[in-house]
Amino acid sequence: MTPSYASYNDFKEQLLASFRDNEERMNGERKSPLHQLRRAALKQFEQLGFPTIRHEEWKYSNVNSLIKEDFALDTTSSLTADDLAPLEIPNLEGNILYFVNGIYHPELSRIVSPAEQIQITSFAEAIKADPEFVGTHFAHYADYQDSAFTALNTAMASDGVVVRVPNNTTVEQPIILRFVTDARVNNITSQPRNLIVVGRNAEVMMAESYRTLGDRSSFVNVVTEIVLDRDARMQYYKVLNETAKAYHIGTTQVHQSDNSHFYSASITLNGHFVRNNLNIVLNGQHAEAFMYGLYMPNGRQHVDNHTLVDHAMPNSYSNELYKGILDDNSTGVFNGKIFVRPDAQKTNAYQSCKNVVLSPGASMNTKPQLEIYADDVKCSHGTTTGQLNDEALFYMRSRGIPKDEARTLLLYAFSQDVLSQIKIKPIREYLEGVVREKLTK
Amino acid sequence: MLSISNLHASIGEKEILRGLNLEINSGEVHAIMGPNGAGKSTLASVLAGREDYDVTSGSVLFDGKDLLDMAPEERAAEGIFLAFQYPIEIPGVSTTNFLKTALNEIRKYRGQDPLDAVQFLKLMKEKMKLVNIDQSLLSRSLNEGFSGGEKKRNEIFQMAMLEPKLAILDETDSGLDIDALRIVADGVNKLRSPERATIVVTHYQRLLDYIVPDYVHVLYKGRIVKSGPKELALELEEKGYDWIKAEAEAI
Repeated sequence: MTPSYASYNDFKEQLLASFRDNEERMNGERKSPLHQLRRAALKQFEQLGFPTIRHEEWKYSNVNSLIKEDFALDTTSSLTADDLAPLEIPNLEGNILYFVNGIYHPELSRIVSPAEQIQITSFAEAIKADPEFVGTHFAHYADYQDSAFTALNTAMASDGVVVRVPNNTTVEQPIILRFVTDARVNNITSQPRNLIVVGRNAEVMMAESYRTLGDRSSFVNVVTEIVLDRDARMQYYKVLNETAKAYHIGTTQVHQSDNSHFYSASITLNGHFVRNNLNIVLNGQHAEAFMYGLYMPNGRQHVDNHTLVDHAMPNSYSNELYKGILDDNSTGVFNGKIFVRPDAQKTNAYQSCKNVVLSPGASMNTKPQLEIYADDVKCSHGTTTGQLNDEALFYMRSRGIPKDEARTLLLYAFSQDVLSQIKIKPIREYLEGVVREKLTK
Repeated sequence: MLSISNLHASIGEKEILRGLNLEINSGEVHAIMGPNGAGKSTLASVLAGREDYDVTSGSVLFDGKDLLDMAPEERAAEGIFLAFQYPIEIPGVSTTNFLKTALNEIRKYRGQDPLDAVQFLKLMKEKMKLVNIDQSLLSRSLNEGFSGGEKKRNEIFQMAMLEPKLAILDETDSGLDIDALRIVADGVNKLRSPERATIVVTHYQRLLDYIVPDYVHVLYKGRIVKSGPKELALELEEKGYDWIKAEAEAI
């Protein structure tokens, strides 16, 4: 039987009670190092509490309405493969893993890559089967001291995926993590946790996608930790196409060693309240990170992208391009931090954020933050927020292209700088379709 | 084909066109000349439907239809083409893709089937020869990073593709060296036909050596103050605009 916490009118209290309740049902595991870590994280969450807008990092993203929602902590779901069929991305092949309400469902998933190329295990299984390996990495990168949501996830996460790519291996098929929230009956919250460890000179492509079924509220609080060993290469895509009642707070924490390459694209198509944190530590020489982002909120949607690149070692490179299209009464936030540590000479760091605001009711807050402590570096940043170019619209109309079509063509072209970076063709084509449809509406 | 009568147009509080009259028949080439600030570009913009201008009175009939009542895209579909003085850069949209969309939208308006990729490419190859434009330019983002000459040539290429009934060339000669000017003028001349009319808006007589007009009009303070045969352009070149101004003020 699933305990009910509805009597707790405070979401935080409800989560704390749930943790204690789970703990009581544990036996020997309670003394394990992993559980001790979770307790520490819970304590941290308890102390930090949910952030308010007085918190600098949450100034423009108010989680008040989220905390006031009444979420069931029950993760059971009756979703079947038939229910998920409409969510399938056409022609997409690879290791496709389904998580329903945060829990891995092997019967819905298919793993096609041979075991010598890649080890894919559910997080729940990995902490039992190989606690030592998980313990080596889990919570070592994603900081829970300063982040309430990461602390909460660290304490509560019950499932997700653990991926290990052995040294000198190129994984041919991508890993697709599909997180589906079944909000057909209840308001549902989940805390997925992923750990991706890519070995020396290994290469892998991965995508995370988030969808909600049903018209109740959903809240996903996800943390993904990615470790790239020397010479490793990774393509990483995060795609949110959520409902108008979906809350999403996600942190992707990347740790890179010498000469590793990380290419990412974060695409937020829809969602009621979205916060994407992408934190990259370039902890190796000649490490390179490419970060692309596209967000296109409309209605009353709110999308907040926080990125952090920490150049910790010399000769590293980062390049970031985030683009936003905001319509109706939507709001957007971009906060891009670049740290260049004293040792990180010869750093190259570029950041750009470009936004088109289509309606007087929509607004965008951008904040580039560069903290540079080395003297021999090349850094640049730039943000622009403007309306659709009237001259361009008139030019196109004067050639016979109707206004709406001209607008769609211009905005679609604007989004292409980001979408064209996506190397998994079926995903790119799927996104192009959704983007076009959303722009045509 | 085009009948403008008593046209008044302003931008903000400022009246720029003040009772302009002009009749253009198919097959004719009309040059509109005049000093800076006379309203030449305003006329071109108002005909194409630029929304920055308010038409306060007067009428413009195009093949008997009220042009002022139409959106810019409808005017284009009816057969009006404006070659821009400063063509706009459109990042991410190739000339090819842009023109295919434009052409098929115009065909849709006219109740014609869209051209498929093969038909479109065939047409494009044919017109490319006409204006001597390179394929590589057409695959790039429209006008992005183009030189002044490339932009203007691209305008004429678009004109060749869309085959308008009335082409309006707004200061197409500005910023062109003599070779580029010749190529552009050559393209325009090849497109001359008994069904098509052209308005050449220019400050200098130079372009009219290459695109020889049937009529020359002098625009001053928002009205046409003098009209004449092509020789009028030469006279203006020689004597400047002061005598025209003096004549106009005397009335």
